[in-house]
Amino acid sequence: MGTPLLELRGINKSFGPVQVLRDVAFQVHPGEVTALVGDNGAGKSTLVKCIGGIYPSDSGEYLMEGKPVHVHNPRDAASHGVEIVYQDLALCDNLDIVQNMFLGREKKSGMILDEPTMEQLAQQTLASLSVRTVKSVRQQVSSLSGGQRQTVAIAKAVLWNSKLVILDEPTAALGVAQTQQVLELVRRLADNGLAVVLISHNMNDVFAVSDRIAMLYLGRMAAQVKTSDVTHSQVVELITSGRSGTLGLAEEGAAA
Amino acid sequence: MSATTTNPFKTGQKIAVPAKDDGGLWGYLRNYGQRVRGGDMGALPAVLGLIVLSIIFSVARPSFFTPANFANLLTQAGPIVVIGMGLVFVLLLGEIDLSAGFASGVCAAVLAILLTTHGYPWYVGVAAAIVTGVVIGLLLGFLVAKVGIPSFVVTLAAFLGFQGVVLWLLDEGTNISVRNDVIISLENEYMPPLVGWALAALMVLGFAATQLIQQRNRRRRGLPVLLWQVVAFRVVGLAVLVGIAVAVLNEERSRNALFSLKGVPIVVPVVGVLLLLWTFVLRRTAFGRHIYAVGGNREAARRAGIAVDRIRISAFVICSAMAAVGGILAASMARSVDPNTGGSNVLLYAVAAAVIGGTSLFGGKGRVLDAVLGGLVITMIINGMGLVGWSSAYKYVATGIVLLLAASVDAFSRRRAAASS
Repeated sequence: MGTPLLELRGINKSFGPVQVLRDVAFQVHPGEVTALVGDNGAGKSTLVKCIGGIYPSDSGEYLMEGKPVHVHNPRDAASHGVEIVYQDLALCDNLDIVQNMFLGREKKSGMILDEPTMEQLAQQTLASLSVRTVKSVRQQVSSLSGGQRQTVAIAKAVLWNSKLVILDEPTAALGVAQTQQVLELVRRLADNGLAVVLISHNMNDVFAVSDRIAMLYLGRMAAQVKTSDVTHSQVVELITSGRSGTLGLAEEGAAA
Repeated sequence: MSATTTNPFKTGQKIAVPAKDDGGLWGYLRNYGQRVRGGDMGALPAVLGLIVLSIIFSVARPSFFTPANFANLLTQAGPIVVIGMGLVFVLLLGEIDLSAGFASGVCAAVLAILLTTHGYPWYVGVAAAIVTGVVIGLLLGFLVAKVGIPSFVVTLAAFLGFQGVVLWLLDEGTNISVRNDVIISLENEYMPPLVGWALAALMVLGFAATQLIQQRNRRRRGLPVLLWQVVAFRVVGLAVLVGIAVAVLNEERSRNALFSLKGVPIVVPVVGVLLLLWTFVLRRTAFGRHIYAVGGNREAARRAGIAVDRIRISAFVICSAMAAVGGILAASMARSVDPNTGGSNVLLYAVAAAVIGGTSLFGGKGRVLDAVLGGLVITMIINGMGLVGWSSAYKYVATGIVLLLAASVDAFSRRRAAASS
């Protein structure tokens, strides 16, 4: 296995007296979907926000393609090719797909918006993701279904030469068919060479698309394994107790 | 943040450009019908309102349907339309500016004092009035965006405050007359017929040229283009409307054989330039795009890196600056400034103009053109009821009902849009 695209080592993060992340190590490889699982409060969101530069970590190393980098704010993260698709999509209903995808980073010629270029790029990006569900890129987002919105949000994230796309529960609010569409899209992102981190509570989704699974348990990385090496019940055990047979954290006494 | 955008996946795959999803002209019309039923009515209510109102008033009072009254209507609409244009920006953010009426009064008072009391040239007065508007807008915007007071409260306080400021500027209610020829001509003079025709031709040709260039650019890039029938309809439609308007306005309106009264009111090109300017800003610049984004989803705009506070403050600045222009027009129309300039129902009319034209009170939806169409509807009601001889009591009630009707069309179309998605 080559150098991971993103590698975190010994990440600690506390909010006042509460230590949310403890010595977390995390690797993400290009061309793979890494599922990040863990129970509520295990620290998934905090870890993602550390990666995205929303919270600076207290200590630890942050390496992109083997080189240490400093990420202090979302802008730094974006400049390293990290894009996060949040659960509450952050799309403007009153704008169309193109306008949303380029929001805040509009293409201009002089001071005038360069609509044809933006429309073309949006169309190319959607086509490269084999998205066929949207009729026109000039449709208002308010007229899209939940799955289509998720698609637009993901396409927005990959538009910017991003290398790592982090998806926060992309299927949480979707129906069966739409979940399937989004999972296929997630798989295609990885097949196109991007590194993808998928946060999910749904074991079926995780096993359907991921190459690796990282399990957080009470702020610590319980295990990071290949999906093909573990079973459904092992993952559930790791999530709920932090251990499963030889996998996972050592006994509490031994760890301390 | 990477500034370059290339197709992230250069795998040599053929990019499929979606086939045009229209079935010719018929498909376009069907699409339009669907949009209207889905709650996106655009300018339809205002246009229907204009047609229905002109029929009713023409039947009730034949003098309504004369070139003289048409010219009157346009000059009367001036201040309302201009203040309404500014309000569109604030309404787009889902905010409200209740003080725009008296802000226009304050700015008009500044103008009148500088011109009449101190004898400055007109451009100094106009500049000072607009700067006053900008300062007012900065203050309101700061209180709303940075301090975090709801715009309703800030501008309600300003509504009362500015009323006092006007009284104070006018020494407890004296009436300052405006005698400057340039200012007076805005609302009281007319362009020579030939100039009117030339401007009309320029406008239609300019519109046609931008439409054709846009379509050509899109076709060159392989993007879906509008049907040529639609483009032709727009251009010819505009040409016919503008042509009829100019022809009517260029007719002799004077009943006195000794002097001639004809031509397009000067205020029309003034409003036209403002309309072009702000439409360009809203539709063709990143700033305009960001206004829509902040009005549609403030959090999404913030996450996209848009300076939300700055956008909100600038909307209030634009609104108050346009109120200043409206105040100048009102001073020109009345040839004086008194404590009631910009008062009573000016603000109500201006908000109603924007809303009747199709700007949403909930933010995120609206155009500058809405204020023009809605302003004409409102003025037609005031003007028509005046001619029919209804008392002020009826006028107030009728205008209130029209505003309510417009707001319910807005609420209704929102519901339809929500239900159809």
